[in-house]
Amino acid sequence: MASVVTSPAHGHSDHGENVNYLIAKRGLMSWIYTLDHKRIGVMYLIAVTASFLLGGIFALLVRAELFTAGRTIMDADTYNHMFSLHGVVMVFLFIIPSIPAAMGNIILPVQLGTKDVAFPRLNLLSFYIYVFGACFGVYSMVHGGVDTGWTFYVPYSSSDPALGGVGTASSVLPMTFAAFIMGFSSILTGVNFIATVHKMRAPGMTWRRMPLFIWALYATSIIQVLATPVLAITLVLLMAERFLSLGIFDPRLGGDPVLYQHFFWFYSHPAVYIMIVPGMGVVSEIIATFARRSIVGYMFVAMSSLGLALVGFLVWGHHLFVAGQSEYAVMVFSALTFLVAIPSGVKVFNWVATLYRGSISFESPMLWALSFLFMFTIGGLTGLFLGMVAVDVHLHDTYFVVAHFHYVMVGGTVMAFVGGLHYWWPKITGKMYEERPAKIGWALVFIGFNQTFITQFVLGSRGMPRRYYDYLPEFQQIHQLSTIGSWILGAGFLVLMFNFLGSLLKGKRAPRNPWGSCALEWQTTSPPPLYNFVHDPVVTRGPYDYHLATEEELSTGWDEIKDDHK
Amino acid sequence: MQPQPQPATFQLPAQMAVAAEEIDYLYYFVYWFSVVFFVGIVGVSLYFLWKYKRRPGQKPEHVPDPTKLELFWTITPVLFIGYLFHASFSAYIKQATAAEGAMEIRVRARKWAWDFEYPNGSREGGQLYLPVNKPVKLVMSSDDVIHSFYVPAFRAKRDAVPGLYSHLAFTPNVKGEAQVYCAEFCGTSHSGMLAKIIVVDEEQYKKHLDELDKMPEKCGEKPCTPATWGEQLFVKNGCPSCHSRDGSKSLGPSLKGVFGTPQPIAGSGPVTADENYLRESILRPNAKIVEGYTTVQMPPFVFKDPQVDAIIAYLKTLK
Repeated sequence: MASVVTSPAHGHSDHGENVNYLIAKRGLMSWIYTLDHKRIGVMYLIAVTASFLLGGIFALLVRAELFTAGRTIMDADTYNHMFSLHGVVMVFLFIIPSIPAAMGNIILPVQLGTKDVAFPRLNLLSFYIYVFGACFGVYSMVHGGVDTGWTFYVPYSSSDPALGGVGTASSVLPMTFAAFIMGFSSILTGVNFIATVHKMRAPGMTWRRMPLFIWALYATSIIQVLATPVLAITLVLLMAERFLSLGIFDPRLGGDPVLYQHFFWFYSHPAVYIMIVPGMGVVSEIIATFARRSIVGYMFVAMSSLGLALVGFLVWGHHLFVAGQSEYAVMVFSALTFLVAIPSGVKVFNWVATLYRGSISFESPMLWALSFLFMFTIGGLTGLFLGMVAVDVHLHDTYFVVAHFHYVMVGGTVMAFVGGLHYWWPKITGKMYEERPAKIGWALVFIGFNQTFITQFVLGSRGMPRRYYDYLPEFQQIHQLSTIGSWILGAGFLVLMFNFLGSLLKGKRAPRNPWGSCALEWQTTSPPPLYNFVHDPVVTRGPYDYHLATEEELSTGWDEIKDDHK
Repeated sequence: MQPQPQPATFQLPAQMAVAAEEIDYLYYFVYWFSVVFFVGIVGVSLYFLWKYKRRPGQKPEHVPDPTKLELFWTITPVLFIGYLFHASFSAYIKQATAAEGAMEIRVRARKWAWDFEYPNGSREGGQLYLPVNKPVKLVMSSDDVIHSFYVPAFRAKRDAVPGLYSHLAFTPNVKGEAQVYCAEFCGTSHSGMLAKIIVVDEEQYKKHLDELDKMPEKCGEKPCTPATWGEQLFVKNGCPSCHSRDGSKSLGPSLKGVFGTPQPIAGSGPVTADENYLRESILRPNAKIVEGYTTVQMPPFVFKDPQVDAIIAYLKTLK
């Protein structure tokens, strides 16, 4: 990366395109109409963080209600709304756009050494489509929300009692329409990233020199483009059935309710990989930086992202083991499901091996990456229980499943998201956060999360079904442990939030490369100029080749104004 | 020989059916594998973190990739997951195919109660008696939305889907009570959609069937009266999940003081809740719906005459 110019060179003044992107243009309009991928990413970041806060409040209310058997703070219908809204908000508004759209938008072009994504206008459009979809979601919540769970299973969701049906009276139409619209945002971001990765890489940025975060986003984008249309079609059919009484899924109208589950999971299982694969990419970046060495088995890790994307399309039937599909289908889906273990295992082994003979430091991003490793391993191993059909019959739709996917989605993706936020925060905002509160917040989240969800494995294996407002007295003690855990978890996130907000107000200015990383995004200023680099970079080595990096590139200090490598 | 009942362990409930033993074996096999694997991964990671902690002045060095090791940990897991797949699918197929000569029980699910029909045609809500050591096959359907019949003690679960018959086979091998849950979210009282399977010996099972449609001798500690039997039927059939007995608001009208009082009927004049109205409202609930409750559809119930009489006798006592 010899040609990277790290600071505005002599002869340029402090205005125009070399000024950092946050202040390069001013005024609200410059944000609303911006085509800059970093600004769009920042707007996404604000939106997904607000969604996370909202979904988190729903989660705390759910856990609070479960503190005692019977009624604690709300009635059964309210509880059913709370857990449904928690799921809908966390899945569609937070986790799907969190790493790909928010973090990916900011980081992907910088890591590729390019000025922007391939289609900046499309990028802005996809943000506004997301906002438009979110508006429908909020509209639904204001009009009573939904009580169907985030899965919208028919005929409960599609059969409107106002038309003589047997299902829910809650406002399913605007909520499914919201998910339908947000799907397009996801598709457009996917198309944009695929085009960017193929066509916009800096000179010398070969496929084998691409950061693993890019490989992960690339794999994710493929899933987004191929799977999301199926969800869109399914939701349109659901809306048609509820609104027009068109018989597609409801047996009373001549439809097939199991068909809906096939359609739904044909999208929603790959969507699980939309959620987790980018997180794996973030973790690869962080571990390489804080172990100061190249990721072991780079190509294996890169290909395992694509492997997960591929296998993810073939396993949807494992959500239907007890729903009424044939025994042959059960056999095939069980076998295919186990294949997921291979690429997941490859990643874990390679991350651990990367620690070997590294030079490891423990700043907060690394703590999040290590806790990802810890919790994703638990999430993955408990997946084996659920892949074993005979055992799954017992565990299906119990708290065991709830605990399993929270270990993958929160223990995995959210750890990576927050880790990535700590890692790239200096680059995004140009400010350093306080390290001590960051570590306290991390410890609270780590303890709180494990207390909340380890207990739920036991609840589930003992036979406690999920989505239960009330439960038998024998489960109360464990439920209380779990609820107390949720308070610690919530407190941890509050600490982190205040720490980030505080850094914006009074944080120290961040140097170019506070972590001493040799990756490309750390070779430009913090925050980067409008077009990311003062001069287009030429890449001469891989993103983790510490042994090839110069002292100057790895320096964590302030760059002296120096010659511009003419 | 009567198998010894396996008591509940820390993780799993007591075993009360034949299949449970094999499933628990698989559960604990993969559990202990996971523990060993997890401790290994975390142990190695912690060792590396301690050993290779950054020291001042350290220069990054290049470490070549261990290609052979890489291939080893990519390929070996295939063998292991092959075993897991084979063992678990074999156990599943045994469970999924009904044993020869299984006794068929018809199960109807509706919001929010389970209804069981014995081979002799007698019906019972909320509880199912089964003879021990006899293979059973449930033939299930749903009247409204999707429900799921879940018996943790049998390690058995199957969705009850509207418009479709589904089957669940098991052989209870321990006498006692097994809890039944609904495991697929089905609306307001999903968590109240419970039932019990009571496993008894052959003689007690026959005796129960004989007495099923008659008033039992004892209700709790005391001899039964029509009203106390009516209360039992009321609770077992899941009526309290929609009808309160203390005047509080619920999905259906409260039944406190209902008898003998005029009820506002949607679409017509008020009707006095006498024996005939209550009987009609149990057997054909949608004939005359109380004003304000038309959006919730109560499913029709099937009762023999003495049972309807008992429930009406009970409703008369709710003052």
